[in-house]
Amino acid sequence: MNKLIISPSPHVHGEFSTKRLMRDVVIALLPALLVSFYFFGFGAVKVVGLSVISCVVFEFLIQKFLLKTAPSINDLSAVVTGLILSLNLPSNLPWWIVIIGSLIAIGVGKMVFGGLGNNPFNPALVGRVFLLIARPVEMTTWPLPLTAVTPDATTGATPLAIIKEGLKNGLTIDQIKESSDYTFSYLDTLFGQIGGSLGEVSAVALLLGFAYLLVRKVITWHIPVSIFAAVIVFSGILHFANPDRFIDPLFHLLTGGMILGAVYMATDYVTSPMTLKGMMVYGTGIGLLTILIRTFGSYPEGISFAILFMNAIVPLINKYMKPKLFGEVK
Amino acid sequence: MDSTILTTVIMLGVLAAMLAAVLYIVAQKFKVVEDERIDGTESMLPGANCGGCGYTGCRSFAEALVKTDDISVMFCPVGGNAAMTKIAEYLGKKVEAKDSEIAVVRCAGSCANRQRINEFDGAASCAVMAATYSGDTDCSYGCLGRGDCVSVCNFGAIYINGETMLPEIDEDKCTACGNCVKACPKLIIELRKKGPKSRRIYVSCINKDKGAVARKACTVACIGCAACRKACTFESIVIENFLAYIDPNKCRLCRKCVEVCPTESIIELNFPPRKPKMEIQEQKTDGAGSETAAS
Amino acid sequence: MIKTFNRGGVHPPENKISRNAALEQLVPEGIIRIFISQHIGAPAECIVAKGDKVKTGQLIAKANGFVSANVHSSVSGTVLGIENIADYQGIKKPAVCIQVEGDEWEESIDRSAEINRDLSKTSEEILAKITEAGLVGLGGATFPTHVKLAVPKGKTAKAIIINGAECEPYLTSDHRVMLERGEELLIGVQLLKKAVNVDKAYIGIETNKQDAIDSLKKTAVNYSGIEIVSLEPKYPQGGEKQLIKSITGIEVPDRALPIETGCIVSNICTTLAVYEAVQKNKPLFENSITVTGKNLKIQKNFIVRVGTPLSQLIKAIGGIPENTGKIISGGPMMGRAVSNLEAPTMKGSGAVLFITDDEAKRGTKSNCIRCSKCVAACPMRLQPFLLYKLAERNMLEELKEISVHACIECGCCLYTCPANLPLVDYIRLGKTRAMKLIVKPK
Repeated sequence: MNKLIISPSPHVHGEFSTKRLMRDVVIALLPALLVSFYFFGFGAVKVVGLSVISCVVFEFLIQKFLLKTAPSINDLSAVVTGLILSLNLPSNLPWWIVIIGSLIAIGVGKMVFGGLGNNPFNPALVGRVFLLIARPVEMTTWPLPLTAVTPDATTGATPLAIIKEGLKNGLTIDQIKESSDYTFSYLDTLFGQIGGSLGEVSAVALLLGFAYLLVRKVITWHIPVSIFAAVIVFSGILHFANPDRFIDPLFHLLTGGMILGAVYMATDYVTSPMTLKGMMVYGTGIGLLTILIRTFGSYPEGISFAILFMNAIVPLINKYMKPKLFGEVK
Repeated sequence: MDSTILTTVIMLGVLAAMLAAVLYIVAQKFKVVEDERIDGTESMLPGANCGGCGYTGCRSFAEALVKTDDISVMFCPVGGNAAMTKIAEYLGKKVEAKDSEIAVVRCAGSCANRQRINEFDGAASCAVMAATYSGDTDCSYGCLGRGDCVSVCNFGAIYINGETMLPEIDEDKCTACGNCVKACPKLIIELRKKGPKSRRIYVSCINKDKGAVARKACTVACIGCAACRKACTFESIVIENFLAYIDPNKCRLCRKCVEVCPTESIIELNFPPRKPKMEIQEQKTDGAGSETAAS
Repeated sequence: MIKTFNRGGVHPPENKISRNAALEQLVPEGIIRIFISQHIGAPAECIVAKGDKVKTGQLIAKANGFVSANVHSSVSGTVLGIENIADYQGIKKPAVCIQVEGDEWEESIDRSAEINRDLSKTSEEILAKITEAGLVGLGGATFPTHVKLAVPKGKTAKAIIINGAECEPYLTSDHRVMLERGEELLIGVQLLKKAVNVDKAYIGIETNKQDAIDSLKKTAVNYSGIEIVSLEPKYPQGGEKQLIKSITGIEVPDRALPIETGCIVSNICTTLAVYEAVQKNKPLFENSITVTGKNLKIQKNFIVRVGTPLSQLIKAIGGIPENTGKIISGGPMMGRAVSNLEAPTMKGSGAVLFITDDEAKRGTKSNCIRCSKCVAACPMRLQPFLLYKLAERNMLEELKEISVHACIECGCCLYTCPANLPLVDYIRLGKTRAMKLIVKPK
């Protein structure tokens, strides 16, 4: 017999480990990835591969040579960052922009704060927003899905951008829907027949992943559902107040990476609140801000900014949204 | 164009002036009147905020020094007598010179001397380990080696020797603030008189078990045999619960006890080599002493 | 209806592999060492000396004050002396050492197997018997039972709750007692009811012990005012506050005693001991101990005399298997790792558990990813990640502010933590420090 091991209780451990949680996120993203490969072809494969590999490599290099700590790429968190970043990019993005985005995501988004667990903002979103501001043209030239490409149109605007552009030109929502740009149905947004980034095209694939994450208890329903609820309520009120100016809630839900953001980016452990109450507040805030930015801001899409903004408020939420103590007496 | 620049400059200038006025008024209104001697005293303290004086930091110690009439019992171990005399002079109060002290680790149970019989797998903290069980050796008094003393030291004066797994004190850096003494759950570390030329003798063991039990657990344990007490001509050694303790105030550093200790648990530090006739003894004691001697 | 508490808790694998092993008496031999302090409160005062002959069940140490408990000899033989003996964790405490010579019981103890159904004793008589027999809570905390049953002035007891949850994985001794000694147990419940003048008792049993639920339900028809409550298996259901919440739906107010809700909770084995003490005049000198582990060939539920060396229990199951990494006294969630295999058992010892070496070590610690799983798992609704950080930095005032006192040290946070952070290690330390419970050695 070896030396007995002594430790304080408990002496058994549950099934969770950081690696398992991250692996489950990767698995949950697989349907969305496959759909994007199907619609965008080799371009999508290239962007995803490049983004994942460069994120992992950057993490490894920074840990090894700058922070001089034991590299922890085994926990797969860099893979998740890379995947989520790539799902936010258009499939025709030049390779060097993808690499710069990865560097910003890992370097500025995560490592400067001390690595996994210490970053206040979602790393993938930091990378994405950096690219969106630094290279707006490349970042908003969305290739059409291979199935929707016609000889004279290989790129197109996203549904939200079409609406925004139309409204700017003084059209009403109904007029925009009848215009020639508006070539898709709600069914298309559900399955991915629209222009956009890799991950925002197919709602069904993303929801499949959501179900998987819930079953595996990786995340709870609180953040995504409160985001969806806030979006539906807020955009619903606007829509009923003025249907000519504001599009219906369903459109908001299905387009512009809403599901990708709500399920995979807002729920990032490190940058979301710690309590269920806090998660609801956080989710509601994201939903409201997204609609606010989409309908009144200058960018057609708002969820990235909304999440980053709410990330900044998370410490405050954690401070005030404490769980109610067992048997608490006031 | 010119007018734009002009308006801007004027606007900002006025704004700045207004804000400055507000700041000034607020600063005046909420001004805290403080005894200026507190600042003066604080500047004479080392500023390490180590808590060795018993106060939360140098500032609160300075406040206490200014407010208390009799400061003879108050002492800053880091600044030492020099700082205290200076402060006393500045405040017009009296202090008494104190012997300078240093931390000593009263355990020599290195991996070689004390066999590890189980493996601790909890949080890397002596306090957690001590709350869990008696320790990973048969000696329930000895050092646990998880370095709680290291993490509380503000001066980097204590570190764990990788070979012996025991803490060692860096004599030049130790200020005798006492943080390590408070942190050690086994009460192994003691503040002792530094002694002339840093020479001191102490029993490097706190095992209160019967001799045979202690000896079985650790080869350098004090077994309470009282040989040292017999050898001591100054009555500086007391034996209680099978454990010898050398009173630093009575000890005259004659080193007789070191020579007679059968388990080499008495340690002498910073002494010159012995005379040649003691050669055999000298090698032995040096061997035992080097484990806790400062490098 | 199956009940449980609403927030927090975890579902560790049950591993009740010794559930079918019937209770078995372990015959004492050699030297028995009985600690004179086997309970929370003042240590008992030793009343025997070296060379005295004692009988099984004879008082050897008298309760010292109200919060204290009598200690009885668990064997007959000669007292070898009072020595400092190392317990399971190697910490030395005074114990009476007795050389076993035969097994001669005190004449007053009724050793017949017949069940005594006489319920005519008054409340005072019952309490006196319980005090006399040195009963302590056998769920692990070893709080003297007579103190627990003494309802403070101004409070009224409304119901007795019997804790048959046995929510800790592996443990089965309560389960066996419920199956084999069901009727005696129910008489014990009736006695407890009478002792505190209530007419309602609940026995909460998790549904993974359906056979115990069924058999007790069948027997309970003969006894009025006893309700068997099915509970959903969830750890820490057996915690006093969680159990009251599960069964009555009332939360014990923060910083208050359970009696605030009118409930008095008692453990299964304690209740059986109440029966034995009151009806059979038998003091508490033996208890049921599960000896189990995945790597053991035989699983046992022993009835063991207090003070039996652990090595004797190990011998009875055929020695320590080669691949044992850790031995635990108690369950895997709250039990304590054993470093001294010669240590004697105590009144509160409920199990000896062998963990294989591949499961014995904790995983490697990594960064906190703020997944909030610990917050969700905490049955007291604390924020373990925050308590941990503060306790690690020894920030005691801040710890008190976020209610470190409420931690029941159940270990759910560490169980669920994906980063393997030693959450409860530090929280326990911070709690004892913040509440000034730590006692430094002299």
